[in-house]
Amino acid sequence: MTEKKPIKTTIPEHEVMKPGHLACQGCGASLAMRYATKAIEGEAMFTLPACCWSVIDGPFPYSSLGLPLLHMAFEAAGATASGIRAALNMLGQKKVKVIAWGGDGGTFDIGFQAISGAAERDEDILYICYDNEAYMNTGIQRSSATPYGAWTTTTPVKHFEKRPKKDMVEIMAAHKIPYVANVSVAYPEDFVKKVQKALSMEGFKFIHAFAPCPSGWKIKPEDTIKIAKLAVQSKIFPLYEVEYGVKYNLTVKVPNPVPVLDYLKLQGRFRHLTEEEINIIQKGTDENWDLLMKKLENK
Amino acid sequence: MSSKEIYSGNELVVKGAIAAGCRFFAGYPITPSSEVAEGMAKTLPKHGGVFVQMEDEIASIGAIIGASLSGKKVLTATSGPGFSLKQENLGAAMMAEVPLVILNVMRGGPSTGLPTRPAQSDVMQARWGTHGDHPVIVLTPAFPKEIFLSTVEAFNLSERFMTPVILLLDEVIAHAHEPLAVPEPTEYEVVNRKYPEKLDSLEIYKREMGEPPIRPDFFMGLPIHIDSLEHSDYGTPTTHPEVVELHQRRRLAKVEKYKDEIIKVKTYEEEDAEILIFAYGSMARASLDAVRELRKMGIKAGLFQPLTLWPFPEKALEKAAQGKKKILVVEMNWGQMIYEVERVLKDRNIEGLLRMNGYAITPVEIINRVKELTHA
Repeated sequence: MTEKKPIKTTIPEHEVMKPGHLACQGCGASLAMRYATKAIEGEAMFTLPACCWSVIDGPFPYSSLGLPLLHMAFEAAGATASGIRAALNMLGQKKVKVIAWGGDGGTFDIGFQAISGAAERDEDILYICYDNEAYMNTGIQRSSATPYGAWTTTTPVKHFEKRPKKDMVEIMAAHKIPYVANVSVAYPEDFVKKVQKALSMEGFKFIHAFAPCPSGWKIKPEDTIKIAKLAVQSKIFPLYEVEYGVKYNLTVKVPNPVPVLDYLKLQGRFRHLTEEEINIIQKGTDENWDLLMKKLENK
Repeated sequence: MSSKEIYSGNELVVKGAIAAGCRFFAGYPITPSSEVAEGMAKTLPKHGGVFVQMEDEIASIGAIIGASLSGKKVLTATSGPGFSLKQENLGAAMMAEVPLVILNVMRGGPSTGLPTRPAQSDVMQARWGTHGDHPVIVLTPAFPKEIFLSTVEAFNLSERFMTPVILLLDEVIAHAHEPLAVPEPTEYEVVNRKYPEKLDSLEIYKREMGEPPIRPDFFMGLPIHIDSLEHSDYGTPTTHPEVVELHQRRRLAKVEKYKDEIIKVKTYEEEDAEILIFAYGSMARASLDAVRELRKMGIKAGLFQPLTLWPFPEKALEKAAQGKKKILVVEMNWGQMIYEVERVLKDRNIEGLLRMNGYAITPVEIINRVKELTHA
């Protein structure tokens, strides 16, 4: 019998999120919360817009998130968090971390105005968007985070999504806020480190977490990590960070990139795509990557 | 006659909208109305129409206002939280006299509330939700065929009176799947907005008291001015008290003057009834079941079902309530339309079976309440 060696990891061992949540099997959003909360030291609270996580937390007495939570209206996370921050500061509770946690709909679309406002005011908040690339909680309708080519119930196969995904990370970086980063549930060490870094900084921080959704993407629950990894390895979802809107840093290198087809073919939502359409995705991905490389040279 | 197929209430709204000539839909996903957006996304392109999923609820009504003024029949669909967000633009459409249809599939509120559970708590919001005095038409169908025909009617009324029309369903009837032979075009009328015979006047709001504007759409040949500010005959902003009063009164009178033509009600077993139930939407259906059962037991119960909730069917209710010993209002809220019933039937014995806890009031509960009230 071989001796078991302990795995060396930089991820804190303590678990904030408890078992028993209500997410679907293989849910990327529940993993994202587990990693994000591992990065928290000291007191923190969450504010949520309407999103999967407003259900995932579970009904009493099964609430899985061991932290105070405020679930408010769909468009309000950025604004509500701003108010919490101001009051906590007045109460001398500056150390308490205020984290807004929303899906892509509540972040890219209906909540965008409040987020942009909070970022422009440089409120001392960490906003984490777990992005599953559509409105999953209401039954898989497209959002502006839905990528080109994807099927959703409001972009049915004949009229699939024709626009590229909104580049939220670049939009937030353009607010010249202290910290913006991409993270993925397939890279937990990178994920936790970036949340730790964000929480150590003052001002508005935005983290964009790639969180596959098995039911919405028509993937096998056991493929969540594999697909999230392929998104990074195919350069579709580069893991990088931006400080103060200018200082770019690629945190996970991609020495041996794979074609986007490897990523797309595992997902039912892309099943209808022709070779020509897949080439469009490959071309767009390569162009985005080249642009990112140019920005990285600026550091 | 087409054969029967299975449709949900939401799917029948899509069918009705297409039949009425709706060719533009802008919306935002929200339970329990999302199937309407999904249905319009699939159906509209086949009819040369356009479906747009907007970035939020406010944008959805903004887009349909623009499309309506440019000449298309338009729809958006939502539920409570989205209906709240749409209120400002709803008022703008009433002010500028823009025909459009809003579907609100009512769910448990307030706020995010009970997204997957039924309620009828937005009936007063539908009347008074947007600020300022405004004319309102609200339709509350209950049965599958009524849902289809009321959807067509909503478009017809909006085009005729140049004003938004609110279609209220609740989660029960929006999601219930039932068989229906969709009515043939011969079974309903389709009304289109009127245009001026000659394009020679910019006085697009110059009309008699209670009459809607007859004006061109954008780019029909006149540089029209449409404004959400209070406006003159030309549509241009004004604070002149006489002009303000004239148009405030003219807009309100549109519904008041023609309410006998707008209002539709249905009554069941009401003639010899001793107790009359007032119920709308899914509660009308539960009440009708109750009435049928009560009759078998020898209890003289009847049903008054408003298909038009606003303007409130005062005359019809007064007539139906004549000689009734008791009135029972059944609604899935903690008391909203019961205030209107009390206002109209002042001295009558009015009781309520009112509840909003996420579960629909059942026929058995209605039967038991009627038995209690009639001491049977």
